[in-house]
Amino acid sequence: MTIALRSIHKHYGDIRANDGIDLVLRPSTVHGILGENGAGKSTLMKILSGYVRKTSGTILVDSEEVDFKNPAEAASHGIGMLYQDPLDFPPLTVLENFMAGQRMKAWPDRSLFRKRLAGLCREMGFDLDPETPVVRLTVGERQQLELARHLAAGRRVLILDEPTTGISSLQKDVLFSALRRLSSGGATVVLVSHKLEDVETLCDEVTVLKKGRVSGSAVRPFSTGALLEMMFGREPAPPLRKGHEPGAQALFLEGVHAHGGRTGLAQCTVKVNRGEVVGLAGLEGSGQDVFLRVAAGLTRPTRGRVHVSRKDMTGRDHHAFKTMGVAFQPAARLEEGLIAGLSVAEHCAILERSSFSLDLDASASLAQERIQSFQVAARPESPVESLSGGNQQRLLLSFLPDDPVLLLLENPTRGLDRESVRWVWERLDAIASNGAAIVFSSSEIDEILMVSDRVLVFFEGRIIHDVRPEDTDALMLGKAIAGRV
Amino acid sequence: MGLKTALAGVAEIAASVLVVVAFTTLVLLVAGAPPLDTFAVLVKGSLGSWSKLSHVIKVWIPLTLASCGLLFTFKAGLWNIGVEGQVMMGAVATTLAMRMGGPSPLAGMVTALALVAGMAGGALWALCAGFLKTKAGVHEIFAGLGLNFVSQGLVLWLIFGPWKQPGIASMSGTETFDERLWIPSIEALNLSPAALGMAVAAVIVTAYLLSSTRLGLYLRAVGGNEKAAVLFGLKPHAVMTAAMLCAGGLAGLAGAFQVSGVYHRLIPAISSGYGYLALLVVLLAYYNVWAAPVVAFFFACLNTGAIQLPMLLSLDSSLSGVIQGSMVIAALAVHSVSTRSRRSRG
Repeated sequence: MTIALRSIHKHYGDIRANDGIDLVLRPSTVHGILGENGAGKSTLMKILSGYVRKTSGTILVDSEEVDFKNPAEAASHGIGMLYQDPLDFPPLTVLENFMAGQRMKAWPDRSLFRKRLAGLCREMGFDLDPETPVVRLTVGERQQLELARHLAAGRRVLILDEPTTGISSLQKDVLFSALRRLSSGGATVVLVSHKLEDVETLCDEVTVLKKGRVSGSAVRPFSTGALLEMMFGREPAPPLRKGHEPGAQALFLEGVHAHGGRTGLAQCTVKVNRGEVVGLAGLEGSGQDVFLRVAAGLTRPTRGRVHVSRKDMTGRDHHAFKTMGVAFQPAARLEEGLIAGLSVAEHCAILERSSFSLDLDASASLAQERIQSFQVAARPESPVESLSGGNQQRLLLSFLPDDPVLLLLENPTRGLDRESVRWVWERLDAIASNGAAIVFSSSEIDEILMVSDRVLVFFEGRIIHDVRPEDTDALMLGKAIAGRV
Repeated sequence: MGLKTALAGVAEIAASVLVVVAFTTLVLLVAGAPPLDTFAVLVKGSLGSWSKLSHVIKVWIPLTLASCGLLFTFKAGLWNIGVEGQVMMGAVATTLAMRMGGPSPLAGMVTALALVAGMAGGALWALCAGFLKTKAGVHEIFAGLGLNFVSQGLVLWLIFGPWKQPGIASMSGTETFDERLWIPSIEALNLSPAALGMAVAAVIVTAYLLSSTRLGLYLRAVGGNEKAAVLFGLKPHAVMTAAMLCAGGLAGLAGAFQVSGVYHRLIPAISSGYGYLALLVVLLAYYNVWAAPVVAFFFACLNTGAIQLPMLLSLDSSLSGVIQGSMVIAALAVHSVSTRSRRSRG
């Protein structure tokens, strides 16, 4: 089956997740879709699998125009997608999951399905026990099950979104050889990934996306340099760092392991001094989120120790960290950072914690001050959920304490335009000059290079690089982020 | 904008009432009862005379107290199903205090202390559910439900065991208290100004605490976003425990009134199901402090009016429950439908 995508657009308000993408997927080919976070890969594939509806554009399946309203319609054309997080039924067994969604009688013959599953597993080299509940499976095994389910249902186009995240290297080998076998049998396989290595090992053809557009394509054999350039661009970041005098130790993580996020955190040993601005680079969910939450006392490490200002804080709660001068700001503004239903003034009132009865006028004037100094387009009585994303971000920044020891910021400039980003960093820079350590994560390499004194690169839950920005550049960082140290 | 929202609100209420009337009429037709006559009995039976109205107020008082309590837990994002048991434990604690105090010359003092004991009893019972949630990770719905059964068992055991009437244990409850221990009421009106004052005060204090104090703000913050509340320096577990204490205290007071103002003894069905009914009241009032007493009054009318249904129309009095239940479901459904259509219109 040949699939042609013509000028696909997907707009979310002002944001153009897909901005005119052309792409042809051929049978007997493994096609890689490469790109940074937010490049539009997942959106494009969700459109193709009927999970998301396009704003405009044409999809041709074997020259017949289609417009999928839901995944079932795409499935009836033989298109199946494996999502990053497997969509299965954890309490049911492997066999029951395999049967779900397949044509069957009201009282199905389980042994028939058992045979079919066993046959597929043998063919693909999978090792799945039909009676195990899916909840006890690893991500890799759930993926194998999902793949088997798609194959049994006769899907001929298989889209895999970041399939190698969170699975073992052995499982990766099994998966790749299965995909190769499927491809040589005439199936169309699409691999969505940010990992150069995966794409280079498996794919015959690659299309690179950047900011919602196609930034280039290539066929085997690939040139790593050319792919990186297509992914990250070449423009050098404008270095405006003045460089701070590092002061006393603010944070020391000693051999920390922790659960959480997609990858957890492993063997993390890092020291951060006051006055330092440290950028955490890496694809979203490579361990930066866990790192920040461990340093904030929100996630307890399973192993290792956490010190703040040379005091052992391992196992203490966030309030204890807060008293030590640690402040954390999450990326999910409305989910974790702000309280929907409360106004800006009420947020200020919580921070003040003075008398038992509330003085809403006083809080309102305080809110007014914050709103003005951080240029938030809102009134004190506005409910926070009515603010735009950028304004919510500015509001969150306005809640940071005045004299912190350690600021932990997750994507602090997400959703802000270039000017606002600069303005925010001037503020944060001043805080760092006053002797605070700032650790922040960002998906923008340019931003990291522009403001950091030090860059830590995360890959699969580990810090694989600890460099100064002057010793590296966007291309080298991009390479490290994609797993090529 | 303000007018538009108000109009939308009125339209919503009208639509809900319409759905409920239609549904109830259908139920009545199926039951073979004349709908119009039935509605007439409900109205006359609750508002038709002063004695009936005073009975409505007797139902309204505990229902309003328990509803006020539930506002605290709902604001904190907790489903305090255990309110039913908290009403019962308030009644048990009040009974205990009255038995210990006895009809002394200081009877008024004993009654006052017994009411305080009732609040403490309800609050302690709520604390159990609160600790099960915060310390043991048992969801408050399951903790509350379990504790409801335990408290019902406890009430029965007390009535048939340690507190049984001299000679025979009976479903009619414990021995009736000396009249001096009853909440004082005006005989001619069959109304207790003290109890009525307590309920009105509870509404006002609840409104004040929720809207104008740090406690209310913290409750709403934790209910709105527990994770963010932590970052703002709040301790959600402590805030939830405070909410449970307030809810349990008011529910306990409702139970105390049932003992000292209505039945003057402990009976097996001492809560009259007002805890569960209060849940419906608060849902229908959409968590609004000022709407809750109005809804409670309406529900009290239904309960009272339905008492005469078996006699006059040979219908079961559980019809009031059918109306109350369908009312809440209709209101919630209409509300969510209109919210969704407003959202899809952008």
